[in-house]
Amino acid sequence: MSAEVMIRLSGVGKTYDDGTVAVHELDLEVQRGELVCLVGPSGCGKSTTLKMINRLIEPTTGTIEIDGQDVTRQDPVQLRRGIGYVIQQVGLFPHQKIIANVMTVPLLYGESRTTARARARELLELVGLDPATYADRYPSQLSGGQQQRVGVARALAAKPPVLLMDEPFGAVDPLVRLRLQDEFLRLQRELGVTVVFVTHDIDEAVRLGDRVAVFATGGRLAQYDTPARLLGRPADDFVAEFVGSTSGLRRLDVTPLDPAHLEPLDGVRTGDIGAAIDVDSTLGHAMAVLLRDDAGMVGVRDGAQFVGVLTPNGIHRALRAALAEMTEASA
Amino acid sequence: MLGDVFSYLTDGSNWSGSTGIAAFAIQQLLLTVTSLVIAVVVGLPPALYLGHRRWGGFLAVNVSNVGRAVPVFAVLLVLALGPIGSEKFGPFGRAGLATLVALVLFALPPIITNAYVAVVEVDRGVVEAARGMGMGEAKVFSSVELPLAMRVVLTGVRLALVQVWATATIAALVAGPGLGRVITRGFANHRTYEVVAGAMIVAVGALLLEGVAMLVERYADPMRRARREIARASA
Repeated sequence: MSAEVMIRLSGVGKTYDDGTVAVHELDLEVQRGELVCLVGPSGCGKSTTLKMINRLIEPTTGTIEIDGQDVTRQDPVQLRRGIGYVIQQVGLFPHQKIIANVMTVPLLYGESRTTARARARELLELVGLDPATYADRYPSQLSGGQQQRVGVARALAAKPPVLLMDEPFGAVDPLVRLRLQDEFLRLQRELGVTVVFVTHDIDEAVRLGDRVAVFATGGRLAQYDTPARLLGRPADDFVAEFVGSTSGLRRLDVTPLDPAHLEPLDGVRTGDIGAAIDVDSTLGHAMAVLLRDDAGMVGVRDGAQFVGVLTPNGIHRALRAALAEMTEASA
Repeated sequence: MLGDVFSYLTDGSNWSGSTGIAAFAIQQLLLTVTSLVIAVVVGLPPALYLGHRRWGGFLAVNVSNVGRAVPVFAVLLVLALGPIGSEKFGPFGRAGLATLVALVLFALPPIITNAYVAVVEVDRGVVEAARGMGMGEAKVFSSVELPLAMRVVLTGVRLALVQVWATATIAALVAGPGLGRVITRGFANHRTYEVVAGAMIVAVGALLLEGVAMLVERYADPMRRARREIARASA
């Protein structure tokens, strides 16, 4: 990832006419190709922040730049055409077929119908909906999860460099949500699109985000960090409470396995090892395999070659080491 | 009595001529359509705009309440005696103009209320998505809000149409045009069968107009195709 700033918020605030402060003097930078989650309790200003980026809400103070351009100096309608936008209610046009829904933005850009149609079919394919089956259906004929896939396809149709998502998977059931998250993550890596993703679900935030911004009530940014640091070193009591008592478990999922904490294979008989896992796995995956196989250790291999075994003690050491690293980095 | 009504209605001479049923029916239809067109032209644009901006919900609803509370006959009398209009207005003179104005006022409330509510109640998520993907305000209105609101808007126009047609009958009370003349003539000459025949024609006319309006409504609804295909797919 290049360390190039794609979105920069400087001193951005929103105070409504009645004096309510929705967002308070916010500074936030998002790198190109990064997926940043904004998370916090309701009324913390995370959605407001998102909507200020595409100017559905006008900030009262500060500046917002996308790719070095001040968004407040651009025509808001033109600006929005270059930014994908996905919302929880999806908002597909119920009187138009799926294909027409996805064609909307290319047509707004002045593409021909033929080009727009081809692009729309491509995108349906990309989000895992077979155009032959779904293109001519109407939105109400699709499940909630399928509708949101269309919502994502529609938002990506004009190849926007930036995608804003407002609790996009909040209305689908947990199993579907996990699948949508996985697929979206894969899609985001593949396209290299910069994403700002609002959620109230800390699990979703640490699962998806390269970095996570935790908002406190009143629109204050409490902490902006990688998921591992957020869980391991919460900046204050508010963040600690927000990431919750299960943050230890969540840390397993965001901490990669490190060969330094493996024990040598010497003297280990194959029967003692449960399944083998890949050296690129997270500690969470290792722990899950340990528990599943009810074994004292799990083999770790790099390609075809075993590099060692991981025991519960090794997992502890790895977690402690990860914390120590963070402390060093911030010192 | 019913026999008298029947023979009155089947006698061709009662339908023809400048004071025949046909002539009065055409007058009433012209009067109805004219007032409806004026009411649509005057009432729809501001109601749709206010709905789009989500402004003045209070106003839109109260216009309709006030409209319902005002007795049309009183308005009609005041207008017929009042300073507006001229003897030379159209074929019907002062009474015709007074009726026209009264009917327009009467047609406005359902048109305004339905149009406003229809646009305001379009799914917020759909409108936000449209705006968020870079549709300008005019495009949001024409491609999203209006198509989705169309059915309820047209229902308001249909309500106004039938009400106006039925109410246009009272124009005869101020010597105005329309089918009311058949009824008042019957009263004046103690011909009850003529009164009943006139009332029946007004009622049948209302039903016919209602039917035609419902057809138009159904065919003009942009959601019609979507509904039909969904119904077919789930059948």
